[in-house]
Amino acid sequence: MAETALTDTVASTMRPAGWRGIAADWSSDQRAFKNVSWGKAMMWIFLLSDTFIFSCFLLSYMTTRMSTTVPWPNPSEVFALTVGDKKIPLILIAIMTFILISSSGTMAMAVNFGYRRDRAKTAALMLATAAFGATFVGMQAFEWTKLIMEGVRPWGNPWGAEQFGSSFFMITGFHGTHVTIGVIFLVAIARKVWRGDFDVGRRGFFTSRKGHYEIVEITGLYWHFVDLVWVFIFALFYLW
Amino acid sequence: MVDVPYDATADIPLAEVGEVELYHPRSWWTRYVFSQDAKVIAIQYSLTASAIGLVALVLSWLMRLQLGFPGTFSFIDANQYLQFITMHGMIMVIYLLTALFLGGFGNYLIPLMVGARDMVFPYVNMLSYWVYLLAVLVLASTFFVPGGPTGAGWTLYPPQAILSGTPGQDWGIILMLSSLILFIIGFTMGGLNYVVTVLQARTRGMTLMRLPLTVWGIFTATVMALLAFPALFVASVMMLFDRLLGTSFFMPSLVEMGQQMKYGGGSPILFQHLFWFFGHPEVYIVALPAFGIISDLISVHARKNIFGYRMMVWAIVAIGALSFVVWAHHMYVSGMHPYFGFFFATTTLIIAIPTAIKVYNWVLTLWRGDIHLTVPMLFALAFIITFVNGGLTGLFLGNVVVDVPLSDTMFVVAHFHMVMGIAPIMAVFGGIYHWYPKVTGRMLNEALGRFHFWVSFLGAYAVFFPMHYLGLLGMPRRYHDIGETAFVPASAHDLNAFMSVAALIVGFAQLVFLFNLIWSLFKGKEAGGNPWGAASLEWQTPQTPPGHGNWGKELPLVYRWAYDYSVPGAIRDFVPQNEPPAGSLAQGAQP
Repeated sequence: MAETALTDTVASTMRPAGWRGIAADWSSDQRAFKNVSWGKAMMWIFLLSDTFIFSCFLLSYMTTRMSTTVPWPNPSEVFALTVGDKKIPLILIAIMTFILISSSGTMAMAVNFGYRRDRAKTAALMLATAAFGATFVGMQAFEWTKLIMEGVRPWGNPWGAEQFGSSFFMITGFHGTHVTIGVIFLVAIARKVWRGDFDVGRRGFFTSRKGHYEIVEITGLYWHFVDLVWVFIFALFYLW
Repeated sequence: MVDVPYDATADIPLAEVGEVELYHPRSWWTRYVFSQDAKVIAIQYSLTASAIGLVALVLSWLMRLQLGFPGTFSFIDANQYLQFITMHGMIMVIYLLTALFLGGFGNYLIPLMVGARDMVFPYVNMLSYWVYLLAVLVLASTFFVPGGPTGAGWTLYPPQAILSGTPGQDWGIILMLSSLILFIIGFTMGGLNYVVTVLQARTRGMTLMRLPLTVWGIFTATVMALLAFPALFVASVMMLFDRLLGTSFFMPSLVEMGQQMKYGGGSPILFQHLFWFFGHPEVYIVALPAFGIISDLISVHARKNIFGYRMMVWAIVAIGALSFVVWAHHMYVSGMHPYFGFFFATTTLIIAIPTAIKVYNWVLTLWRGDIHLTVPMLFALAFIITFVNGGLTGLFLGNVVVDVPLSDTMFVVAHFHMVMGIAPIMAVFGGIYHWYPKVTGRMLNEALGRFHFWVSFLGAYAVFFPMHYLGLLGMPRRYHDIGETAFVPASAHDLNAFMSVAALIVGFAQLVFLFNLIWSLFKGKEAGGNPWGAASLEWQTPQTPPGHGNWGKELPLVYRWAYDYSVPGAIRDFVPQNEPPAGSLAQGAQP
């Protein structure tokens, strides 16, 4: 009982608890997210918006997959590679997924070294991430070429529902565009890191603002997001 | 809200955010054209939106001429009529109202009202405007391409939107979808700026619960837009592929002119879901900034604090959240499952609760206030009346059984024009009359303003109030010529003619407003820094119009909310947000 009484006295001097406390923290002075820079906040909010775009794409794909009257092609047969004389289902996609997930690892290491202001390692790891990303896009180009050679078009394919081709090209294309943009940003920022722009406070060409090593983390947020989206595309398009 | 601990001020350091590095323009081009200053961008947004809005106004005249006097104007054929309604709707909803409220009012007012020097990413903000301008130009170009703009209706429902029977099938629909995609890209750049500025760049003392409701409205609307526009983006991309590549996302198997088309297996209903997942929040993207602006206008011009500030904020947030789960009330007649109709009717009617809270609070703010019937106040009162009118017919249309017979009649047209056409435009005008002195340093002419108000308000009622009756008679919307129909009596045609004349008069009143804008810029009465005696921060800038960086050397310190009007014991009948607690009471009566 004594403990209860003690807790009550403490509670009266503390900030409001529960939802009121959350509201009070959120609406407190100057910043809703303390110690979060403008750039990072902006990237998070952008990613939230982008999540809605990918969700709409994936939901639309699932709706058309259900609404079409023609059978859906079997992904594990369509996305199989013949190695030797064996057909291995989803082997290319498995490798692509492995590469993209690995790139998230190098990105995370780049962020770490960025905060230690280790220019060489940060730049090298970012370039490694970009190389993984470029490999991913290259393999996707290979996959597209293979499917196009086999007769898959946005308006039809030899195996069944035409929405298969249209959804495939649209969703992987949109994701591949995201990866490509990420690669471009990674290379550009790796160059800035390597040149030491963030150590000397050099101003950006367009924005005339000084950069910080934090931009490595912000790029990393985008990159991890693109990876995460791929996991959903992988699960919902290839495995379903 | 005024309860700052008085001794706390000693601990507050001067509010200079370390992260701020203002971009300093060096030439005329970077100062006025490729400007990164939110205030210049706001004016660019407003002028572009108003210019394309004038096009939409002229289109509405042409439509009214055709409806009022069918057969008289030989240059308007059925195809053109459909093109006019499509472009009128699309321009008004997206390119005028969304851009004007968020890009125009948002850019100008957010940094000033939260006490920031600029938006957080001025360069991105500048890009936002230029992409928006490109979107507008692409949209306007459809008037000059072969086949003209699309005539699919502003909802662009497939399959008809991309079939050959619809005008503008060659170029119009392609350019329309491209323009929408551009608009969304441009808006996202601006929207991220507005949200981050409100969340992260407020000045010292400016908690979220001290923000003027204008900022709350614009902020919530922007968050909603960032989450709702993706659905329109995806729908536009997919329909563009259907049209250009021959995919069948939205296209079922079709026979056209006796020919089996190559489409098959798509879902037209999917487009409707995507479109209205954007489309319904869009209604509130337009309405919430209007709510906010009206709250501030009423409080300032009735010299009284806003009633129930906290409730007003929560109502805005609740309306924003609820508006994402009501979209299918636009689709009662689409053939979806009846249980969906039950769910969406319920959520739709729930929205009436926070909306009603807002209306009651406006009325209670006016109650026993010192009401000054200035031009902004007149527009604010007109907003409340039109909004209540449109909101009540919304209750009719939100119920499935009432909506089904009224669907696709003029009743729907009257409803949404009242609630998201006239009402937000009233807020826009009120806002312009209110903040024009801050933007230019001069007052708009009062007499011309009153003339503009009475003609616009009464005229808009003359146009849209009788339209409800036409809808109840069963007169369908989107018809070029109703012809001789048994259920439409001759008097309805007279009513149509009357509405058309009223629409023309309302349109010409807007020319008076334009003249007023330009004339007052040079000849208007000098306004001074704070002509309305308003307490919120944007009126406390050291210069009027505010200079680059808004605040001179030091950012303002905020001690109170934005609604300290007629405070007992204070020297003046308003206490600015940045006035220290001791100062306001210094010579006042002892409490």
